[in-house]
Amino acid sequence: MNAQVQIDAQLRELSYAEAIREAMAIALESDPAVVLMGEDIGTYGGAFQVTGDLIDRFGPERVMDTPISELGGAGVAVGAALTGLKPIFEFQFSDFAALAMEQIVNQAAKLRYMLGGEAEVPVVFRMPSGSGTGAAAQHSQSFEAWFGHVPGLKVVQPSTPAEAKGLLLAALADPDPVVVFEHKLLYKMKGPVPAGHYITPIGKAAVVRPGNAVTIVASAIMVHRALEAAAKLAAEGIEAEVIDLRTVRPLDRETIIASVKKTGKLLCVYEGVRTLGVGAEISALVAESEAFDYLDAPIQRLGGAEAPIPYNPDLERAAVPQSPDIERVARQLAKGEV
Amino acid sequence: MMRDSQENIPFALRQFTPAQLREALRKMHLIRLFEEGAEESYMRGLIHGTMHLSIGQEASAVATCMELTDADKITSTHRGHGHCIAKGADVGRMFAEFFGKETGYCHGRGGSMHIADVKTGNLGANGIVGGGLPIAVGAALTAKRLGREEVTVCFFGDGANNEGAFHEALNMAAIWKLPVIFVCENNRYGMSTSAAYATAVKNIADRAPAYAMPGVTVDGNDFSAVAEALHEAIARARAGEGPSLVENLTYRWRGHSKSDRNRYRTKDEIEEWMGRDPIARFRAELIAHGVLDEAGAEAVEAEARAAVAAGIEFARQSPAPGVGDVTKFVHAEAAA
Repeated sequence: MNAQVQIDAQLRELSYAEAIREAMAIALESDPAVVLMGEDIGTYGGAFQVTGDLIDRFGPERVMDTPISELGGAGVAVGAALTGLKPIFEFQFSDFAALAMEQIVNQAAKLRYMLGGEAEVPVVFRMPSGSGTGAAAQHSQSFEAWFGHVPGLKVVQPSTPAEAKGLLLAALADPDPVVVFEHKLLYKMKGPVPAGHYITPIGKAAVVRPGNAVTIVASAIMVHRALEAAAKLAAEGIEAEVIDLRTVRPLDRETIIASVKKTGKLLCVYEGVRTLGVGAEISALVAESEAFDYLDAPIQRLGGAEAPIPYNPDLERAAVPQSPDIERVARQLAKGEV
Repeated sequence: MMRDSQENIPFALRQFTPAQLREALRKMHLIRLFEEGAEESYMRGLIHGTMHLSIGQEASAVATCMELTDADKITSTHRGHGHCIAKGADVGRMFAEFFGKETGYCHGRGGSMHIADVKTGNLGANGIVGGGLPIAVGAALTAKRLGREEVTVCFFGDGANNEGAFHEALNMAAIWKLPVIFVCENNRYGMSTSAAYATAVKNIADRAPAYAMPGVTVDGNDFSAVAEALHEAIARARAGEGPSLVENLTYRWRGHSKSDRNRYRTKDEIEEWMGRDPIARFRAELIAHGVLDEAGAEAVEAEARAAVAAGIEFARQSPAPGVGDVTKFVHAEAAA
């Protein structure tokens, strides 16, 4: 490959879904132990067309359609991981993982510990997640905090195509179970994606817009809404620092604390239900840290409404933080109006 | 004439060498004595928590594992001490685990309900009823995908056959023709609820045809009957013909766990089943067919008794984990 082609490959744009597919193709090509499992991931290409044509390239033995058996299917993936395969199990919607909590929470997360370190479960669970598709209460939830509450699991939330690929490859390289929350509204989003194999480290957040007036910690689609808000605030002379969380468990304490020490203001934005959500944990870790002394205002949280995700589009939008909400609260924080 | 007399000899005595049969008897005694040793240690306060004893079910555990190698896998249940010993575990490390010691199979983190020995193919007991069923199918999937000549035996109880995981697991094993044998130890009660009340079919093996696999119900206290059923199921799995279900009808002499007051069954019923002691039956069979004499059988039992005493002593002498290590083993060391 000559230098010019390589540069083009570096600059090419892929969608979030294509980036995930490319990560899976790299994994399938480089490691015979990798198998994809899930409902309608074969010829159909997956509920959100993420596996796409992978069955044509790798065959039905490595891109396995499972019956509509979330508990059993997740358990088969756990048993396969325990004995030498590296399964990537796709749920059609993260909501359906509720059917498989037993295998994810009681088995996958705990096997290494229960067996005193004598076994490992290198399984990846992929979960299309979040609201905004008009699919209502059972197809729109954000369960990051559920899984983030379980020792033994790692939980990631990519916000861009490049992150989606890098975090999935990191999840595959990890010897322990990793739950990947992919936001459904991001699947078609395009962005530059490096070619070949690379890893976006689990447990590391990224400062995606530097600023000194207020820290906004966001994840998945909320990163884009926060950036949109930050751009508007910049026009008023308010420079917000936006942190893309990337990993819910383990949280990147250092990046968050360093930013709050700089800005003295913290706004947590997350799509999951506000109470006992990811932002509650981030608020607590800041309040308990040396950054507490640097706070110039009470910590603020914007999270999902205390309600199931509604069907009506206006209600649906109102149920999760939107860019104007972030802009309003960040402005109040920056101006000392909170 | 010769053929007839051969057929009167139980399957196990035709199939296995005298040394293998002697070892099987030793393991059955070892299980019984291990359980009694664990029970006594619990009463003396050396073991905390709870435990689920398998006294009365020894033939099912040992006969099921007769033809398995260390490469073959098992998944086990909350009543799994017997499976663990049958698959080849060391009782010293088992006792050490029950005593919560660092030398235990799980370094004191798992206890009775999570005891495992991955190196000998024991993927572990399970605290969740039915939890091991999909995992066993996954282990069989690995064997098939990687072209390993292994089978997986999935132990489960009569209670688990009403869990959704049972039905999902059997269906997937059948559609993918995986080398897994589902072994139901039907001891008649899921905690206090009888299988007769809780299960719509008369025999749990009757559920096998719904998943297009052979199902057979055998006397689980008859060593040879269990070994013969497993011989056929294992051969079918190794030949790539797919899964089978074997139902071993048996009985637990003790209660469900340490809190059981036995209010759901009668003393007569328990005594009737104690009269069908699988160890006494197998031992008498071996003596009747000249595999052992009475003194030889006594020696086998004495060997097991000595192993249990040594195991308890090993556990008592072993160090406990340091409390500072409470989060050790949550993740891989390098990734922690």
